Amino acid sequence: MKKVTFLLVLVLILSLALTACSAPAAEAPAGEEPAAEEPAAETEEVVFGVFEPLTGAYAAGGAMELEGIELAQELYPEVLGMPIRVVVVDNKSDKVESANAATKLVDQEKVNVVLGSWGSSFSMAAGPIVEEAGVPAIGTSCTNPLVTLGNDYYFRVTFIDSFQGVVMANYAYDVLGAEKVVIVQDISNDYAVGLAKFFKDEFVRLTGDEESIMSIANYNTGDQDFSAQLTNIKAMNPDAIFAPGGYSETAMLVKQAKELGLEAPFLGGDAWEAAEFLEIGGDAVNGVVFSTFFDAAAPLTPESEIFINAYREKYGEDPASVTALAYDAYILAIDAIERAGSTDPEAIRDALAETVGFDGAAGVVTLDANGDAIKNAVIKTVENGEFTYLTTISPK
Amino acid sequence: MSINTFFQHLSNGLALGSLYALIAIGYTMVYGILRLINFAHGEIFMISTYVVFYGVSMFYLPWWVSILVAILITGLLGIIVERAAYRPLRNSPRISVMISAIGASYLIQNLAIVIFGGRPKSFPIPDYFNTVIQVQGVSVPIVNFFIPVITLVALVVLIYIVEKTKTGMAMRAVSRDYETARLMGISVDNIVSITFGLGSMMAAIGGVMWGLKYPNLIPLIGTMPGLKAFIAAVIGGIGNIKGAVLGGFLLGMTEIMIIASLPDVTGYRDAFAFILLIGILIYKPSGLLGQDIGEKV
Amino acid sequence: MIDKKNLIRFGLILILILILTILNTTMGKYEIRVLNLAGIYIILGLSLNVINGFTGLFSLGHAGFMAIGAYTSSLLTMSALQKESNFFAEPIVPWLANVQIGFLPALLMGGIIAAILGALIAAPILKLTDDYLAIATLGFSEIIRVIFTNTQSLTNGALGIKGLTRFTTIHYTWGIAILTVLFMFSLRRSSYGKALMAIREDQTAAEAMGIDLFKHKLLAFTIGSFFAGIGGGLLAHLMGTIDPLMFRFLLTFNVLLIVVLGGIGSITGTAISAVVVTVMLEWLRFLDGVIDLGFMTIQGIPGLRMVLFSLLLMMVIIFKQKGLMGRDEITLDSLGGFLGRFKKKEA
Repeated sequence: MKKVTFLLVLVLILSLALTACSAPAAEAPAGEEPAAEEPAAETEEVVFGVFEPLTGAYAAGGAMELEGIELAQELYPEVLGMPIRVVVVDNKSDKVESANAATKLVDQEKVNVVLGSWGSSFSMAAGPIVEEAGVPAIGTSCTNPLVTLGNDYYFRVTFIDSFQGVVMANYAYDVLGAEKVVIVQDISNDYAVGLAKFFKDEFVRLTGDEESIMSIANYNTGDQDFSAQLTNIKAMNPDAIFAPGGYSETAMLVKQAKELGLEAPFLGGDAWEAAEFLEIGGDAVNGVVFSTFFDAAAPLTPESEIFINAYREKYGEDPASVTALAYDAYILAIDAIERAGSTDPEAIRDALAETVGFDGAAGVVTLDANGDAIKNAVIKTVENGEFTYLTTISPK
Repeated sequence: MSINTFFQHLSNGLALGSLYALIAIGYTMVYGILRLINFAHGEIFMISTYVVFYGVSMFYLPWWVSILVAILITGLLGIIVERAAYRPLRNSPRISVMISAIGASYLIQNLAIVIFGGRPKSFPIPDYFNTVIQVQGVSVPIVNFFIPVITLVALVVLIYIVEKTKTGMAMRAVSRDYETARLMGISVDNIVSITFGLGSMMAAIGGVMWGLKYPNLIPLIGTMPGLKAFIAAVIGGIGNIKGAVLGGFLLGMTEIMIIASLPDVTGYRDAFAFILLIGILIYKPSGLLGQDIGEKV
Repeated sequence: MIDKKNLIRFGLILILILILTILNTTMGKYEIRVLNLAGIYIILGLSLNVINGFTGLFSLGHAGFMAIGAYTSSLLTMSALQKESNFFAEPIVPWLANVQIGFLPALLMGGIIAAILGALIAAPILKLTDDYLAIATLGFSEIIRVIFTNTQSLTNGALGIKGLTRFTTIHYTWGIAILTVLFMFSLRRSSYGKALMAIREDQTAAEAMGIDLFKHKLLAFTIGSFFAGIGGGLLAHLMGTIDPLMFRFLLTFNVLLIVVLGGIGSITGTAISAVVVTVMLEWLRFLDGVIDLGFMTIQGIPGLRMVLFSLLLMMVIIFKQKGLMGRDEITLDSLGGFLGRFKKKEA
């Protein structure tokens, strides 16, 4: 009996695994393979190490960024005449695994540069490892200020939350004329907590009124029901609601707010920009306003157009912001290697630190002393179920 | 708090509570018969929502057909899980069974990540369910009317099955004592399978309702509702179907009302559910409606 | 006779230390990291083994106790400057702002605080049995995580703590791991250990023999939480950064897997399985990437690794319930017997 059960389980698992095996293989376009194998095996190669959450709670974010890196590799398969090999490791949405993954990249794969990761806490886990190994890392969408702080080897192609929070606070105050705002944040998400803090500071400064933030309500990543928090907020009748958090939670949040008849506009950050935000939120998310890096409808640089066209051709839809950032991390690495004229990690680091006015798909990147990108923010809204460009805001 | 706000909270609590209750019914049935915390219940619940999603978006099945398919497939999955993970351990220490249950839960969850991918999917909602009804200034999405009704119907049907049918009598016998039940000519294996099948079907109905209310599908959505349903079942007295419904309502209402009256502690929400659970376990382990079964020596 | 055995034991430990020292200088950073993790997982596995294996209580709250140890020791080793730059969102509570002590005392404090809280948490729920106890401990572990997420001025909340000096080295991890193993052996030989195992075998009989159930169960929990706290502190200073999300149920799952695989109740089994699981978790990483078989390449499937591990857990518990070692130990006698057999065959 036991043996039969054992076999049954084994067969079930194997068949499931096999069906899963065939799925991703079928999705990959047939033309991809020869391009990667063209260069002769003997030539030296440059290795880009990518660590992203491909499983676990943040697998979605990792998948979107990986798309950007894969696309960039198809377009730019070599640097200094050498082929680029991309090594992808999964950090399982887990901090300990991130550190292991990063160690594997710098120590075993001997990568020249590290790219990633979605989720600041995973990047922070890799921070001391790349620093100690003397390999530069380019963060994609990690916006927590602590990622690059005091680490000479960590850079990023995204602006940090302090800028984004200021942009949205100004938008709420100047454009919406809001004076009383409620914040709803994902308390277990470092990105949301940081963004909320910077928004709050700037908004209080603008209004000169400590009471202008009427209340801060919290929820946790993975929560689905926000009705109690929203009912409380409705009773306060704020002018606007600032709701930094992940796109799937926020889509549910906004949807439930509309069902409760909450009319105040929702403001947020770049994390909302994903096709799923529109699908899950449906009609309810029309009218939300958020800051982000770039817009497919208003390309910021010539590189944006190359990226958007290539993405549309490959996937048949518009890319998400984080996909553009991952793409930028890859091409910025190429740019730094070309400027350094060397693939030595130290040389790449020095070149990266001097990045000024680099044309990326998600805007022009200039890195400041911390290694954080100073770049424009784009403000977008949702109209008729589509992301729509509103305006571009430059850093002061 | 104005009267309107209060009634709005009440209505929200009722909807959330009856949803917990619906999932808890299945949980408590399984516990009642096997005395086993079925960690995989939440995962079975999760699979049902994905089946509906793929039924509608990939196979273009009509919405209600997808639901029927989901209920059947999940029922089957429940039976398979019981056969593969629990039956071989029926005479083992309960700790072993529980470890196996944790393993089964992680297995299904990770298989779901491998097969469905980690990106969220949007549960297909027929337009009809997007309507919101205004009652005296209180906004009630139409699905909030359906959930309590379905929960009550499920309650009545299951009570009928357990108390009036022969299978139900056999279930009660098995839950008391395997050996005696076997001596009475009851096929314990079949009864356990039927219970798991029924319990999982209930999870599927809960899953569909959950999807209609919270249309955000990821492979991890089963975990929290699964735990909450378990807590609800413990509150009501685990193994007791009426108790599970009562526990679900109480848990949902408590969660909402705590946030309503103490807006500053919203971040601690999940902690409250666990504190409630631990409190009940310490002070009234048999739950509100459960009967005291003395510790077997 | 006894002296001779002890001498051999001592010699074996010296050899182990020698091997570790050699490995430490010859291996790459990645291997050393895995070795460090293995040492930490030995401590964690053994600490869970006191509760689950020796005493037969089922605890699922290990991640919570580790979190307490990790946060306590981290907040104690950080300099005032580090704290200031970390707590940029909300300043740290004043009484912690200027405290800084050495790594070992901080580690010890982490263990002690975890032990105290472990005892406080366990006291009211110890009368629960089996799965009720398991779910209550799971609940407490989640509550701890929720509290750490929300108390920003104490833990920096979700933003986490970074820039910890990475004190953890092979010397600490394996040194403490060896001490833990020795402690576990002597605990089991002591009257306390015998009482714990009597509770595991038959609670009612143990009580009838005059064993104070509450006291001994509490002792098991306190010891378990202490070592979990130490393990957490080591992990924090290996990583250099922590945040509440690190301490999810998945961490408990990993430790549980180690104990079940090694044989619930076996000290050497747990230690060996800790090394095996840690190495395997890393080695199986190739499943997530592209697998090149020479004649064909298979697209790796992210997540397959975890599928395999959950499957492994189920298989072991269903088909080989006693795990690798059951409750047996690798001792000098069994080792001698094994070697003797081997020699005879050769001859």
